[in-house]
Amino acid sequence: MAALAINDLPDGRRVLALDGRLDSNTVRAVWSDAHRALADAPGKPVTVDAAKVDYCDGAGVALLIDLIAQERAAPVEIANLKPAFELLLKQFDPKRVAKDIDPEVKRRPAIEEIGRAAAAVWKDIAEQITFIGELSAALFHALLRPHTVRWRDVWRVCERVGVDALPIVALISFLLGMILAFQSAVPMKRFGAEIFVADLIGLSMLRELGPLMTAILLAGRSGAAFAAEIGTMRVNQEVDAITTMGLDPVRFLVTPRVIAALLMTPLLVLFSMLLGLVGGAITMTSFSIPVVTFMKEVESAVSFTDFMAGFVKSFVFAILIAGIGCLRGLQTAAGASAVGESATRAVVSGIILLVVVDGIFAVAFYILNI
Amino acid sequence: MATHDPLAAEGPARRTPGEVLIEVDHLYAGYDGTAILDDVSFNIRAGEVFGILGGSGGGKSTILKHMIGLVPPVSGHVRFAGEDIVGADGEELERLRRRFGVMYQSGALFGSMTLLENVRLPIEVYSGLPGDAMNLIARMKLALVGLDAFTGHLPSEISGGMQKRAGIARAMALDPSILFLDEPSSGLDPITSATLDATVRRLAESLGVTFVIVTHDLPSVFASIDRVVLLDKKARGIIAEGDPRELRDSSPDPRVRAFFRREPEKAAA
Repeated sequence: MAALAINDLPDGRRVLALDGRLDSNTVRAVWSDAHRALADAPGKPVTVDAAKVDYCDGAGVALLIDLIAQERAAPVEIANLKPAFELLLKQFDPKRVAKDIDPEVKRRPAIEEIGRAAAAVWKDIAEQITFIGELSAALFHALLRPHTVRWRDVWRVCERVGVDALPIVALISFLLGMILAFQSAVPMKRFGAEIFVADLIGLSMLRELGPLMTAILLAGRSGAAFAAEIGTMRVNQEVDAITTMGLDPVRFLVTPRVIAALLMTPLLVLFSMLLGLVGGAITMTSFSIPVVTFMKEVESAVSFTDFMAGFVKSFVFAILIAGIGCLRGLQTAAGASAVGESATRAVVSGIILLVVVDGIFAVAFYILNI
Repeated sequence: MATHDPLAAEGPARRTPGEVLIEVDHLYAGYDGTAILDDVSFNIRAGEVFGILGGSGGGKSTILKHMIGLVPPVSGHVRFAGEDIVGADGEELERLRRRFGVMYQSGALFGSMTLLENVRLPIEVYSGLPGDAMNLIARMKLALVGLDAFTGHLPSEISGGMQKRAGIARAMALDPSILFLDEPSSGLDPITSATLDATVRRLAESLGVTFVIVTHDLPSVFASIDRVVLLDKKARGIIAEGDPRELRDSSPDPRVRAFFRREPEKAAA
């Protein structure tokens, strides 16, 4: 334990006698009292008598430094400190360590924050445009010289993007078909129009929900994984190594992932459309609509053009998901939290872009009367 | 807590010089049941600066991980003042770990915190001191490694060597009685490395802190380490133990002399 005794001598000095162990567990017992003893006698010279201190580690030395460095009219001196502890004390310049010479940067003014945010958005747009150019060139290069593509990487990514995602895509699409059918069949039954639920599910799953839901699932799953994987490579300087070896990170890292996504996303979209219809058909059997009747109605309501309108979108969505995931990975800054931030940005910007592009498709199809 | 803790940091006057503080006993070091080092035993005395040396891939860091209770060994024991860390869990493990500080190879600083906050964190958790006192201690630890002018910087804003020095400052935050340093001088310039060696010696001599240092850096070994064990991959264990200067000058084993004299052709033979 540590103890403190305060004695005022006839010559006007105040003596703070410290006793016992001064370490991180014990020093707090005397810290405040020692401060108060100094504050109570601002004009008196103070001697800190450390003769009875039998142990003093960094926390103990901190107390002594804190006392020496107090700004007051009369000085504070340390007396009778054992040589071993004196050595520890002498390591520090009390005036220097007593104050923070590198304070944390204060928060910037709001107007500066807005300016910086706007500049960051502009920089991001410029980088996205540059990336689209680089990716187009890399894909064109891959098309002309397929042997330069790292096909082993492509198949590995195909497995992760396609095969591994199949159960979740199938489950979500199946449930989506069931929910859509159930929610619409109940009110339509009142009008005896439950057979038209097949039209609704057929059109919505093939034109819109099949491609969009699959793409959103892939953005959350594969887009984030691409960003995290490439982001970690960036933090570990693997991307720098690729660059200094004379290789293009876009051709080396991005092209295989985009090709894999281009191969797998349309297949997953087909599964999604199919499972959505199956879910709807099964639900409708409980409304006395047999599966055969349901499928016949879908066949009459949905044209090949409707199917193609959804199917074509899947290729564009594939490029968007893989591209934005890889771009966010390549943009990763330093630090442990940077990879997480890249993955989050990949998902958020991926989903936003998917919805925007889907809207553009809707307008284009309307104008083209598709 | 009222219970007696045999590892509590004790002043030089109370410490019996030369008492065994850490005992590595018939340790089979490795991962997932596969040993890379067989039957390793050595003792580390209180106040000693002890080095674990060896070639790359020789199992130095693996032994360190077993000693600090991060990875369980294949078999064997590591005792701190008689208490076995192998198999310890929950509060027992936490209490043992609180008594030592560890500096990891990369510094392992928390990226979202400034250097001051990184060093302050263990003090905040365990000491209960006023905020100003905690800041002062953290600044002092950073001053010890020459980083008191960078307290407000984030780890991403300083160099790798500086991150390592900040890692040492954090390991020393609570003035533990034992400090484990994993490759402390790699990535440091010679002046900083020499400063660090001097700091190690000063803390060992004035406070009786026990150091366990995993290193390759021979100038640092000769400058600051009292005793070493030299591990060898082929021998799957310790091939030498003792004062590094004596081992360099008069070891009967040519592999040991070659290691300390940096003679690759003799080491290979």
